[in-house]
Amino acid sequence: MDFSINWHSCFFLLFAIIACGFAAAVVLVGDIVRMACCLVVSLAAVAGLFFLAGAEFLGAAQLMVYVGGTMVLLIFGVMLTSRGPGTAIKTGGGQWVLGLIIGAALLFVLLQVAMSSSAWNGPNSKTQELAAVANSPLPQAGEGPGARDTSDPAGQLGLGLLGVRGDRLEQENKVLNRGMSGYLLAFEIISVHLVVVLVGAAFLARARRKTLTPASRIPESPNPRTTDTQ
Amino acid sequence: MLGWQFNCRPIATKLTTDNYKLSPVAELLTYISFPEWLAYTIAALVQCALLLAIALCSAAVGIWLERKVSARIQDRLGPTRVGGKFGWLQPPADGIKLLCKEDLIPAAADQILFRLAPYISFCAVFCAFLALPFADGWVAVELNAGVFFLVAVMGLEIFGVILGGYSSGSKWSLYGAIREAAQVVSYEIPLGLCVVLVVLLTGTMNLVAIGESQAGWFFNWHIFHDPFTFVAFFVYLTCAVAGTNRAPFDLPEAESELVAGFLTEYSGFRWVFFFMGEYAAMFLVSALGALLFLGGWNGPIPIASLIGLTYENHDILGWLGNSLGVVNLIAKGFLGMTFMIWLRWTLPRLRVDQVISTCLKYCVPIVSAMLAGVMIWCHCLPGGVKSYSFPRSAWERTDPTLRVDGIPDHAVTQSVTMLRSHAEHGNEDYREESR
Repeated sequence: MDFSINWHSCFFLLFAIIACGFAAAVVLVGDIVRMACCLVVSLAAVAGLFFLAGAEFLGAAQLMVYVGGTMVLLIFGVMLTSRGPGTAIKTGGGQWVLGLIIGAALLFVLLQVAMSSSAWNGPNSKTQELAAVANSPLPQAGEGPGARDTSDPAGQLGLGLLGVRGDRLEQENKVLNRGMSGYLLAFEIISVHLVVVLVGAAFLARARRKTLTPASRIPESPNPRTTDTQ
Repeated sequence: MLGWQFNCRPIATKLTTDNYKLSPVAELLTYISFPEWLAYTIAALVQCALLLAIALCSAAVGIWLERKVSARIQDRLGPTRVGGKFGWLQPPADGIKLLCKEDLIPAAADQILFRLAPYISFCAVFCAFLALPFADGWVAVELNAGVFFLVAVMGLEIFGVILGGYSSGSKWSLYGAIREAAQVVSYEIPLGLCVVLVVLLTGTMNLVAIGESQAGWFFNWHIFHDPFTFVAFFVYLTCAVAGTNRAPFDLPEAESELVAGFLTEYSGFRWVFFFMGEYAAMFLVSALGALLFLGGWNGPIPIASLIGLTYENHDILGWLGNSLGVVNLIAKGFLGMTFMIWLRWTLPRLRVDQVISTCLKYCVPIVSAMLAGVMIWCHCLPGGVKSYSFPRSAWERTDPTLRVDGIPDHAVTQSVTMLRSHAEHGNEDYREESR
């Protein structure tokens, strides 16, 4: 038997089918907790796609932020708001139409972006070039200018957030070298924003302590528990 | 064959311990004229099975350890007869007993979710074992953001617990699940900060590199790096115990208040899955603590390198040295488990408000202060107390051309000048780039 399996494509298809299938299930399943579960599986499959693409940091962040954090929040919301297990959510006809229009519009935009990417646009010189790169042995750390990208993408990301774009340092071309300052400003804005959110949450959730004046210490009405025991 | 290998490069070949090479199993199978796809599948399955065996064995040994240690603490003997002197066959006996139990699903339960929850819980813990290195380079998937992945996946274990608690259709289960969610979400913050502290020291999130940076004698371990990491280790310990729902933080299954919390409606095999997940998670957090603070696979005395068991001398010698490292890491993991068991049978359970205030009023401020302390320490003593303490850290590159994480010095100066020109010419470059 002389055939080989392209495992990368196999896993891609597997994760893609899981992600899309469970995303569809989120819409079709009536029960809100099951919806949340389907959403978790769908998001986890997207994380799997990120790992498959070699974006390990992004995949871990997807697991942490979306699958972990958001789901816990969602489950909390669901648990505290739903009247009981098995309450189905009815979707009206108008909502279906509206949802389909928005979904189709988003799909159209995404497809257009995807198709405009030359590397994905069928077999052309670019994909062959990529395949040639993939078939050549990986450069070891410190072997060439591209070596750092494979050696420590997480470190590159961190430096990018601090304002040093590692992937552009050795770019001689002035035009391509633009945007050297990385994402420092965006990073700082988001950090400050998150701090504000945290402080706000702490402010909202704090225990409201009444000032104890001598008058307020004496209960206006007798404690019901003491009356019961009497 | 080489072309075939690279088709599956990003995820599949990384399953092998030796990155970007066929695993020894697959090589052997192709050698005896197996088709490549079959050899590859078998090799992958073998490696999955090995990892599963580690997760399950740690759970089984943990259960046996729990019985023995708790018995000794209570002045009993514990299991003595099942399988010989020390009752070492007790975990399989427990397993068989639990398999024979009646499988109950309450009428009010959400059938699908109720069945699904135990598997989610166990799978999350098992996935975390993927990124756990057992010795230098001996890791199923060497991830660049390994420690981040591990913490993220470990946090998913609670999803199974919450789901199980909710879908049971019982108020005790629901209470347990909500307590679990509140507790684990709170304790993830100080736990994450403890991890960040070590990442700060080593300058990498790769667990293998973190382990390597502590090579040598025990004073190279991160716990002995400075007083701040020493304190942070104990915060990590507290958070690890709380994160795995062990007493004194076992509020989600507080027997005296909630029957058995989220486990109330579970019996038989599903219950076993929750418990295997819990014990495997105990081993996992212990091993992670060992990797982050206690030298990982490096023993207190570098025996392997002292008697020459390194890859420089011979491949087989290096393999032996690495095996010694595996023994080290597993011993540290079980030491951590023993500590947790000791704690469980010694301390009384905390109240809900005490658990949360321990986290938010003590752990978070302490570890934040330690983080700041470590930053100041590293700024004032860039090479650590001993200049050879951290050969791989970002602060101690002896090569002057390598400064910021492998980026040459001239490149950094170039970037600084570019930043200055940005400041002078406004952000017209951004506009041009976005076109």
